[in-house]
Amino acid sequence: MLVLVVIVALAFDFTNGFHDTGNAMATSIATGALGPRTAVAISGLLNFVGAFLSLAVAATIASGLVETNVVTLTVVAAGLCGGIIWNLVTWLLGIPSSSSHALIGGVIGSTIAASGGSAVLWHGLVSKVILPAVLSPIIAALVAATGTWLLYRITRSLTEGARKHGFRIGQIGSACMVSLAHGTNDAQKTMGVITLALIVNKTVASGSNAPIWVIVCCALAISIGTYLGGWRVIRTLGKGLVEIESPQGMAAESASAAVILLSSSFGYSLSTTHVATGSIIGTGLGKKGADVRWNVAGRMATAWVFTLPSAGLVGAAAFGIAHGVGGTFGVVVDIILLALLAVFIYWRSRGSKVDPNNVNAEWTGSVAPAADAPVETAAA
Amino acid sequence: MSWINLTALWKIIVFGLIAGAGLPALFAGGLYSLSLGPRLRTANADGTTTETDGLIGGSVIGMVLAAIAFLIVLAAIGWGVYEVYQIGHPAVKK
Repeated sequence: MLVLVVIVALAFDFTNGFHDTGNAMATSIATGALGPRTAVAISGLLNFVGAFLSLAVAATIASGLVETNVVTLTVVAAGLCGGIIWNLVTWLLGIPSSSSHALIGGVIGSTIAASGGSAVLWHGLVSKVILPAVLSPIIAALVAATGTWLLYRITRSLTEGARKHGFRIGQIGSACMVSLAHGTNDAQKTMGVITLALIVNKTVASGSNAPIWVIVCCALAISIGTYLGGWRVIRTLGKGLVEIESPQGMAAESASAAVILLSSSFGYSLSTTHVATGSIIGTGLGKKGADVRWNVAGRMATAWVFTLPSAGLVGAAAFGIAHGVGGTFGVVVDIILLALLAVFIYWRSRGSKVDPNNVNAEWTGSVAPAADAPVETAAA
Repeated sequence: MSWINLTALWKIIVFGLIAGAGLPALFAGGLYSLSLGPRLRTANADGTTTETDGLIGGSVIGMVLAAIAFLIVLAAIGWGVYEVYQIGHPAVKK
């Protein structure tokens, strides 16, 4: 049973890395600062390093969200299934959503389904997840706007070509920092969940830090996921949002990296997706004449609000199925359903393949022919 | 225990601004210094000249200043990452 939970958790971590490569590397790939394969290799490596850097977020997830003494392994497994399903479905439909909130929502949903609302540590949820989710994009936007304004002001005497060239180099650095920061926050979430499973299984004591083998496995899973690269997301982000110039790219990435790293060290589990989006909006605000697409931002915000409860419902349903069937076999049923869904989604996405060879092809308005309508919002 | 940790909040804002906006600004300052000085001019077909579009202007002082700015940026990143590592491993401190 524990082995099953760990495998599902690592699968989640893998999709997480896969999904989020674009947050860090899309703009560098689009401007030609880095080759696509080089970019994902660097990003994967730095995610690996970042995963070791800070354990504060893992601790929040492991002990700060639900009562560890009432949660069972079935609950954790169902929560993970909920998170993965929500993640895969939204990815296919092009709805921007946070992998982190999908995971947390799934775990909380299955916990409520199993033992009621009293098993959820609401204070921890609000103060370490919900409030940071609201505040972090605003702070990131503020930082990015300030940075953008400063960058353009300081380099206003430079020729266009020199500025572009210089900031492309800077962008490589800032993109690397985002990858590192991503490891400190997102790899941690899976570590937290595996640690939660270990606590539940009485393998480790309540309040423990993640054991070293958990850290290594999670770091590997997220970096392999990152390396394989979510080319769809990279393409949408790098090519779909054409208004971003290299100084803005650097400002946005620096702001994201700083906010994520700082929050990680305080144990706030925030969504790297939200922060990256906040930064991009901020960099639009900081440059004269650049417009922010508020309607797109509004749609993203709506999707963010829905992620936690929706993933919670899926998590609760997954618990219902596992509990209904009963025992280890119930979890196996969940995993089989999940695998079938994953195969289906993979099959659906095959029709419109995006890979390193065509990632920088001319933008014609959609990720690929078969992708669904709201691809623009998938940029989150 | 309060719902919102104000200490953490202002720290994130202040350090976020320093690291997230200040360091790129310093990098931009480096680029500016690098571009100082007499630029190479290339001759056009009609006899006029155009400034090159390159990064390096040619002023020695500018280059030194730029090198200092870039080194400060790198050092600050290294120090920041080290700090995060220190804070992020509470068990090690016990």
